[in-house]
Amino acid sequence: MTHAVAHHTSTGLDNRKMAFWLFIGSECLLFGSLIATYLVYEGRSVAGPTTHEILNIPLTSVSTFVLLMSSLAMVLALAAVTRGDKPWSRVWLGTTALLGSCFLGFQVYEFTHFVHEGLTLHVNLFGSTFFVLTGFHGGHVLVGVMWLLTLLIRSFQGKLGPDKALNVEIAGLYWHFVDVVWIVIFTVVYLIQR
Amino acid sequence: MTENAQAAEQHTHPSTGTYLVVAGVLTVITLVEIGVFYVPAFQSILAPVLMILSGTKFALVVMFYMHLKTDHRLFTAAFALPLLIAIAVIVALLFLFGAFSLG
Repeated sequence: MTHAVAHHTSTGLDNRKMAFWLFIGSECLLFGSLIATYLVYEGRSVAGPTTHEILNIPLTSVSTFVLLMSSLAMVLALAAVTRGDKPWSRVWLGTTALLGSCFLGFQVYEFTHFVHEGLTLHVNLFGSTFFVLTGFHGGHVLVGVMWLLTLLIRSFQGKLGPDKALNVEIAGLYWHFVDVVWIVIFTVVYLIQR
Repeated sequence: MTENAQAAEQHTHPSTGTYLVVAGVLTVITLVEIGVFYVPAFQSILAPVLMILSGTKFALVVMFYMHLKTDHRLFTAAFALPLLIAIAVIVALLFLFGAFSLG
């Protein structure tokens, strides 16, 4: 066991961490179904803008890099909290939330641009599946940013010491999962266009 | 956290240096992905190359940033089993709807 846990469990593992991994497993199925739906209907739109006409690879590459770097900031935040380094834990938690917010800003810009170009949720199959998939992911990023800001506030209140490192680790697991989902979306939606 | 727990933590989680190296590798792979996308010579093998690169990035984040490389195997099982089911669902649906052709 990696953290001081007061209660005994039959596996010897912390129940909260185990439960969170099971939650992440269920999230794999959710995003798996959304990605499958996107791929099944890709290239079957009969009207409206398509992938080749509308996707902006350079812009999305930058937002992908931003999200990757937020994962680095997240692990550095966990390391700082674990060693009881309050100033740096605040810096890295704040950096992670900021980078996550930047990613959301890119997504809002992209969605707005697409709508102006005529791609909406109901205009064609690409629009429906694209907005649902990337919108669900963006929603997860938004939840993650709010979670990180909550941890940052707890840190400023002096309630995020090394004894609470597991709370940060679980938030980190969520954040990294959001990152790996984007790694897949970036490849199958943006780079592999049929 | 007790001293023993802190020692276990340090043993379980990778060092800051490892995190930085992984971030560097992730950045390089992302640059290669974008490069491959724009090189016409790669167009015929674009999908498999990108899937391999993407899979490598996925594995690096899961192993080092999510600590599955050093954490208990039950966590790996809780993640890997649904992931495999999700991949199977994607592949099965693609075959079912004719996105792949066996002929």
